[in-house]
Amino acid sequence: MRYAETGYNLEIDLSTGNIEKVETDPKLTELHLGGLGTNAKIMWDRVPPEIEPFSPDNLLIFSSGLLGGTPAPAANRTIVTTISPQTRLVAFSMMGGFFAPELKFAGYDKVIIRGKSPGLVYLWIKDDEVEIRDASHLQGKGSLETSELIKQELNEPKAQVASIGLAGENRVYFSSIEHSRSSASRGGLGAVMGDKKLKAIAVRGTKDINIARPEEFIKLCNEVLQYIQWRADNPIKHVPPILAGLGSPQEMAIHDEEWHTTAFSWGNARYRRKDFWTEEVEKEWTKVQEGAVERLISCYNCPMKCGAVISYPSQELSKYMMKCYSKLTYVMGAMADDLEFGFRIAGLAQAYGVDGFSAPQVMAFAVELYENGILTDEDMPDFPADNEGRFFYLLEKIVRREGIGDVLANGVYWAARQIGKGAEEYDHNTIKKHEQIPIKLGMLNPIFFLLLATGEKINITQIEGQLPQAPFPNPEDRKEFVKDWIQAPSDRIKEFFLKWEPRGEYSFPFYPDFQTACELVEWQETMHYIDDALGLCAGLSSFPIKPPYHINNLPQIISAATGLDIDRDELWNKIIKRNRNLIRAANVRRGLRRKDDKPPQDHWRKRFPEHEAKLLDEYYKFKGWNKEGIPTKETLEGLGIGYVGEDLEKRGIYNEQSEEND
Amino acid sequence: MSKVKKTIKVIKINADLCNGCRACEVICSAFHASPKYSVNNPARARIRVVFDPVKNIYVPVYAGGYMAAECMGRDKYLIDGKEYEECAFCRSACPSRDAFKEPDSGLPLKCDMCEDDPPQEEPLCVQWCLADALTYEEREEEVDEELELDDMETGLRALADKYGFQNIVDAVARMSQKDEI
Ligand code: SF4
Ligand code: SF4
Ligand code: SF4
Repeated sequence: MRYAETGYNLEIDLSTGNIEKVETDPKLTELHLGGLGTNAKIMWDRVPPEIEPFSPDNLLIFSSGLLGGTPAPAANRTIVTTISPQTRLVAFSMMGGFFAPELKFAGYDKVIIRGKSPGLVYLWIKDDEVEIRDASHLQGKGSLETSELIKQELNEPKAQVASIGLAGENRVYFSSIEHSRSSASRGGLGAVMGDKKLKAIAVRGTKDINIARPEEFIKLCNEVLQYIQWRADNPIKHVPPILAGLGSPQEMAIHDEEWHTTAFSWGNARYRRKDFWTEEVEKEWTKVQEGAVERLISCYNCPMKCGAVISYPSQELSKYMMKCYSKLTYVMGAMADDLEFGFRIAGLAQAYGVDGFSAPQVMAFAVELYENGILTDEDMPDFPADNEGRFFYLLEKIVRREGIGDVLANGVYWAARQIGKGAEEYDHNTIKKHEQIPIKLGMLNPIFFLLLATGEKINITQIEGQLPQAPFPNPEDRKEFVKDWIQAPSDRIKEFFLKWEPRGEYSFPFYPDFQTACELVEWQETMHYIDDALGLCAGLSSFPIKPPYHINNLPQIISAATGLDIDRDELWNKIIKRNRNLIRAANVRRGLRRKDDKPPQDHWRKRFPEHEAKLLDEYYKFKGWNKEGIPTKETLEGLGIGYVGEDLEKRGIYNEQSEEND
Repeated sequence: MSKVKKTIKVIKINADLCNGCRACEVICSAFHASPKYSVNNPARARIRVVFDPVKNIYVPVYAGGYMAAECMGRDKYLIDGKEYEECAFCRSACPSRDAFKEPDSGLPLKCDMCEDDPPQEEPLCVQWCLADALTYEEREEEVDEELELDDMETGLRALADKYGFQNIVDAVARMSQKDEI
């Protein structure tokens, strides 16, 4: 019997209409766990670098994680993996909600989609019955509307649906896949789905998931729930309210937005507004939010309520669901000041299915180009004068790929190069061709430098976590923090935190030492890679400070669920390293090199090029990568994936002349 | 009929606090697996969350009794301008729908308040509902003595309704002869 996983994948060829249920090799679970791990293996084996994002041979994988659908709280992530049209690298965005557990209950760990359908279709999975159905009547429909219509026509109110909106249909490079209260947004996965002419996947399952050591497993789950309750009464002190609790983060419940609005930058990642947050703003925004939020809602089997049912009277879609801080990304991108605008445009943007982080930045970039005369009235006929109007205008153009929208739909990086006339100068907040969160700070943070530069998940909130973002000024507070820090990976990390000061010898950028910096970075990244293999929400694991899931209890949880005996060393130093290197190698094969491992240009005012280069050198060494950031043959061999090194060698990648680095 | 003391077990459902997480369904199905917690499948849960985010509808409903035949008509509630699905609040496993039935056998499911030995402090769904949408109360009452059907009897009753009592008896006789049980 297979435990925690179903042991089956669904292979769908949209070109031929072929549907196959394929048993998976249990050995792969031991090597890679599931979710992102086994997705990475499939991508490596079946999608060589010659395959373009919009080739029928590109795969689009919807995967549950190894723990998905088990009673483990918040094991609900769907890990979607493909080659991104924007970054041209392996993209692996996740979404919460209910999709992955339902897929497991239908009897599948993954749906692997290849080919391209001649006409718009959707996939309907009900336990053993799988059908490709016509979706021509759903063309142009909003993402949520699509899922409602599908449930109605199938007469299956309990089906879970993942769908794309107009943006995905039109292959906008930052289009999302939307599902219930969540979305898989980063990397333009929706565009690949649209390219395959797959409007949606609907799934309903009524089968069992087995647990290997039930008593032990449920006891661990109960401990997780108890810790969640304890943390609710014991928020982290000395950090902004939005970072004090668990969840991912609970933007719909929290009104104090001082941290986001004053520490993050507005417009095209340009201006910090340190005085923005006043009592008056807080009062007004609280009123708006309370008026819009009808109910706080959770994902499958999680108590955290990070999302909300939003009802907005002045809006075409009377209701939608919102999470995270997309309520602010449009407001801040447009320099709009009023939260009401945020709720209005976010609902529309979600119906069209665009990434709530990238879309506002692309639009802010366009506004800046217009203000600087690079884009003109010729490019943007009837461009409104007010910021809010401009954002609505741009959104409509982009999702239809109409006029200038056709260029902007490729994201800041590609649009800047297509527009030319100096537009590249305004592309200052992308990494690896992808828009980043607009942070603007003073002193270089060596830990974030490495996380941002080398992270292939491309989104910092999905790379960092568990460590307070700034030192606690008072040593007594640090001692108190460390006392019950059961999540810390080692004493060295605790010592680092105890000594860490805002200024002086033990402060950034030269503190911590290289070895500690590398350990900190690898620990944070490892936690996310564990979550992505297990299908756990980062909001209860890798992201918040002192979460209920951590490196010290996860090995036992995995072992109890699956019956595999996995200890911490095996998990971290074998399985996760293997997965991490497989992704790295797949991207190296697609051209990723040291020159791409950079943070956004304007993230910090004070930069230290020499120190940064040294940090990168040391981190590469720590990872077992060469000077170009390429996993060495020995490293890959040691992880039992020597075939990856052989492939890189055959392609001549180890013999390249290393380019001069900037 | 003589009077006996009975513990009345009440699960209070505050639908306003429900966040739709379905943890109640998860743990109910796991608790009733055998061995306990070895399997989880919300389709086997004895509670279901009537769930429609677009209408902001979140109502946990417990499995009550089994019904051999469906009602003569259906009910449809409208509360605060929200229209609920047909029979939304009905607790019965009835021929008109697949709610509260084992997905494979079709046998009816009924909430047993997590009877356990030793007894659980609170029903499992209540323990796992951290939103406090479900809370638990007990009180003593004097009631007429009556016979209660256990799970197996309820299942047999359902089979008898479907196939006829004599057919069941015959089948059991045949099976025991073939040494199948
Ligand atoms: S922590 Fe929040 S985002 Fe994560 S699973 Fe729970 S409700 Fe969903
Ligand atoms: S566990 Fe509680 S909050 Fe979650 S669905 Fe059930 S009743 Fe609602
Ligand atoms: S009380 Fe027990 S049997 Fe009844 S619904 Fe809740 S968990 Fe299930």
